[in-house]
Amino acid sequence: MSDVLLDVRHLKKYFELRGGLLHRVTGHVKAVDDVSFSVRRGETFGIVGESGCGKSTTGRTLLRLLEPTEGQVVFDGVDLAKLGREEMRQKRREIQMVFQDPYASLNPRMTVADILAEPLRAHGITDRAEVDRRVSQILTACGLSAEQARRYPHEFSGGQRQRVGIARALVLNPKLIVADEPVSALDVSIQSQILNLLQDLQGEFGLTYVFISHDLSVVRHISDRVGVMYLGRMVEVGDAETLYNRPLHPYTQSLLAAVPIPDPTQRRQRVLLQGDVPSPANPPKGCAFAQRCPQATDHCHQVRPELQEIEPDRQVACHLYEVS
Amino acid sequence: MSQTQVPVGTASVSKKASVDSPWRRFIRRFRRQRLGMVALGVVALLLLLMAIGPAISPFDPTEPDYDAVMEVPSAKHWFGTDDFGRDIFSRVLNGTRISLAVGLCSVFGGALIGMFFGLTAGYYGGKYDGLVMRACDVLFAFPGILLAIAIIAILGPGLPNVVIAVAVFSVPIFIRIVRGETLALKNKTYIEAARATGLRDREIIWRHLFPGTISVVLVYLTMRIGSAILIAASLSFLGMGAQPPTPEWGAMLSSGRDYLTTAPHVAMFPGLAILVTCLGFNLLGDALRDALDRKLTD
Repeated sequence: MSDVLLDVRHLKKYFELRGGLLHRVTGHVKAVDDVSFSVRRGETFGIVGESGCGKSTTGRTLLRLLEPTEGQVVFDGVDLAKLGREEMRQKRREIQMVFQDPYASLNPRMTVADILAEPLRAHGITDRAEVDRRVSQILTACGLSAEQARRYPHEFSGGQRQRVGIARALVLNPKLIVADEPVSALDVSIQSQILNLLQDLQGEFGLTYVFISHDLSVVRHISDRVGVMYLGRMVEVGDAETLYNRPLHPYTQSLLAAVPIPDPTQRRQRVLLQGDVPSPANPPKGCAFAQRCPQATDHCHQVRPELQEIEPDRQVACHLYEVS
Repeated sequence: MSQTQVPVGTASVSKKASVDSPWRRFIRRFRRQRLGMVALGVVALLLLLMAIGPAISPFDPTEPDYDAVMEVPSAKHWFGTDDFGRDIFSRVLNGTRISLAVGLCSVFGGALIGMFFGLTAGYYGGKYDGLVMRACDVLFAFPGILLAIAIIAILGPGLPNVVIAVAVFSVPIFIRIVRGETLALKNKTYIEAARATGLRDREIIWRHLFPGTISVVLVYLTMRIGSAILIAASLSFLGMGAQPPTPEWGAMLSSGRDYLTTAPHVAMFPGLAILVTCLGFNLLGDALRDALDRKLTD
């Protein structure tokens, strides 16, 4: 059994831009542009980046909720991008998703019991007693009581709803959970509860997480390894602690410099960025960050840097660290 | 509703009461509408008459009585008699069954077909959606009654063909509203979540999209019944639906038209029956819409 559970290779997701009289394709929005990373069994891989950088699209493309334009998503030795519809549907049993908005991700017309039973039934577990048993088991594991299964989503608070969302993802006993901003819609006080729950469940069920968030401290707290995305590209990947303590890519450096330090006496060097994120419909020819990078050279504007392993378990896509 | 936590181990009765289902909220809001309740009463009465009308009618609705031709309303003949001496009250009572059956069958048939195409077109989109919508446009291009007449011209006159004709021109309306609703629902995260958990397309359509569209369909369905009855009556009035001596309201109206100046009651009572029925269903539809309107609640 390989150590790597999920291996994403050169994943691309382009959205067609159509316009004009005949509704022709006039361009592409390169939401995910050649992203590669791998996730090991049992770890939490965090994906950070500002809004619009393609981290959610990456998550959805992994699960084929959006069809990848190009690239491979090798999950447990199988390339998901090549599976047929029904094969992919079967495979979903092993890869589940937790969504950002717990208010929108639960059908308001269904009771919690129905919501949780649905994945089971879809995968052929129809015996009533068995369904009931697993629903109450997973509710308890997620910090709700089995009695609450009869209720409707609107009778729960945001945090409780997100617990239901997590329970739904877990009820099939998956190997991998893609969590897309699972706490950003919640109050700060509830966020830590949900994060702790996710960590407890990871230990209990041996889960692997892909944790997508724009919140740097949340990602640091929960992740073993972190990938930083900018404009549809993965710019830096590394062990969470090393990456946070010693960011290499200029974008990561400026991103981390923006995190507030809860100590007013501490002085720090801030890296202030100029300009805006370029449009993903018309990305720069060279490095995506070159226009805003304080250390950019001509070479950066011309040639796109590849994500390279520059030290063990540390990959950066930046010409500054290129080994010749 | 209150967020009271039921402690583990309390009686199951109190647990049941605390469940605030969408159905209960709908009932609560519907009962607040006085006009809606009246309309519901009218419709319930009509449905009752549909069931027991023929049993309680005092005379045979098709048996002529040449000793009592064109009598004005009296204690014996409550609504008077027509040109063949048939009791109009009995005929109106018996006509309830015909008119309602035609209205209900055609609209339910149209709604079922319309929902199927609306749900699938909205969910799958693409070329299939385009094809379905263009087909609707073609049907929409004809005024309803004209389309119905055209269908009758092809199929021939008679009540079963009226049902088909009215159903056919109800279909595109249902396709449109169901498709619109499906498009709105399709982008909800819980549909994406259903896909992510591995539900099949038909399960998503049946378990998530269909229940979501049912409220708008119910409203239109109720309101369409009124107009379907009206169209069916119009077709019979024009001689393309029920054939005499069938006690159909439209056909009765048609035969009473010749005596409007001399014996207005012959046309008036079937006309009133049509009016009350259409009004009842339309007001019920209004009330349902108000009670189901999510904008007022969410």
